Amino acid sequence: MNYDILITGLIIVAQILAVVVPVLISVAFLVYAERKVLALIQLRRGPNIVGPFGILQSFADALKLITKENIIPSGSNKIVFILAPIITMVLSLAGWAVIPFAPGWVVSDINVGIMYLFAVSSLGVYGIIMAGWASNSQYPFLGALRSAAQMVSYEVSIGFVIITVLLCVGSLNLSKIVLAQQTVWFAIPLLPMFIIFFISALAETNRLPFDLPEDESTLVAGFFTEYSSASFVLFFLGEYASMILMSSMTVILFLGGWLPPFDVYPLNVVPGVIWFTVKVIFILFLFIWVRGTFPRYRYDQLMRLGWKVFLPFSLFWVVATSGFLVYFDMLPN
Amino acid sequence: MVLYSLTFYLFSSVAVLSALMVISAKNPVHSVLFLILSFVNASGLFVLLGAEFLAMILVVVYVGAVAVLFLFVVMMLDINFVKLREGFLQYLPFGALLGIVLVIELGILFLTDRSSNIYNNQTPLQPIVNDVENTKMIGQILYTEYFYLFQICGIILLVAMIGSITLTLRDKGGVKRQNIDFQNTVNASTAIEKKKIKIGEGI
Repeated sequence: MNYDILITGLIIVAQILAVVVPVLISVAFLVYAERKVLALIQLRRGPNIVGPFGILQSFADALKLITKENIIPSGSNKIVFILAPIITMVLSLAGWAVIPFAPGWVVSDINVGIMYLFAVSSLGVYGIIMAGWASNSQYPFLGALRSAAQMVSYEVSIGFVIITVLLCVGSLNLSKIVLAQQTVWFAIPLLPMFIIFFISALAETNRLPFDLPEDESTLVAGFFTEYSSASFVLFFLGEYASMILMSSMTVILFLGGWLPPFDVYPLNVVPGVIWFTVKVIFILFLFIWVRGTFPRYRYDQLMRLGWKVFLPFSLFWVVATSGFLVYFDMLPN
Repeated sequence: MVLYSLTFYLFSSVAVLSALMVISAKNPVHSVLFLILSFVNASGLFVLLGAEFLAMILVVVYVGAVAVLFLFVVMMLDINFVKLREGFLQYLPFGALLGIVLVIELGILFLTDRSSNIYNNQTPLQPIVNDVENTKMIGQILYTEYFYLFQICGIILLVAMIGSITLTLRDKGGVKRQNIDFQNTVNASTAIEKKKIKIGEGI
């Protein structure tokens, strides 16, 4: 019996747990933070009953939801109906395999890390579209159709933004993308791309002001109208986990990942993972801030923004960046 | 090594089985979902071959974009599959012919030319470890040796795109469009007009 395989396997499982468990816990606190921040924006108190300052509210909610009855509509396509939330959840956790939290703190440091993230985030649409179809009901189906069109549209501009960053890095490896920002974070020279990426990330994760797939004022709850109990929890967790994933992606691409803002004494002794966490929290705060501030887009406005504003602009910026890099002979090898 | 073979057989068997399910599933949406599963497993096989860039492109392009639109169309269409199945025997000879031709071609590929360059290596296929990432290797060959072919591919895609746009774009007239620039430039002086109305006359 070869124990090497067993040990390697155990190490991999341990690494996966070391990433997934903190992600799930941070999802719980993100939900709490969102409710608290929204409450402050709207001059309310927010959750303040369960635990000190209501900090255990999300756990209480999760427990309540899981103990409820799981209803599977009789007209639904049962296998697909059950698979859909599982796929959403798994995909939102799968992306974490390549995220570098600090130098060397990564489960799998693959060469095509950014492509992998892009692939995983583009698969996220399946959970929604399968849920919408399998529910066999009008509102979820409308939500799924909207979502499919929306996510495919915004992926195009996300793709161009990634290409712009890759032009400046010369590698698809996420650790190398971070290390390329040692002199200056890409958010500064590529500021317009940073903004486009952030807005597209809002659309990609179906967050307000682009949450048309679950638009409660017109579609009840959108694609998860028919879901209850644990399967609803999976959708909920999946949405917030992919929000954190997109924030980490933003941080890695534009805000220098684990790097401190300036490489000077008191800043560079702080461990990289703390910088990374602080930056992710900042982006997440922007997500919540946007939610508390902007009204929901109408569907045609959403499509107009994606195809008529972001796509031409990001395409132009790809050409401009590559032209600049070639002209000044600054292309990375 | 054992792990490598195991994953290879896992990916390939699931790919083949799901491909079978694509043509045998009763529900068209299930067929598309199995097609997606098959694509994902094919990309897993690419990863095993050390072609990680191709694997990711397969997922992004086919699974993330093409299959979504496919699923979209299949969900919207009301296809009568019982009727479609009636023609099974009618098309069987043609389908079988295609299958046989494919099998013969694959057989020729496997049986001949073993001595020439790429088949020299008789050891089981393993990820080729290179100093250069295969993304760079693809770029180096695509933009030098196959530059013109690559550009022609781009032009063909452009033509297809323009073609499909002209086929679907119909300006029926009477469509109300939002002019966002106009709306943004509106201010109190352009939006409101004050009029003095004389009594008993109106505007």
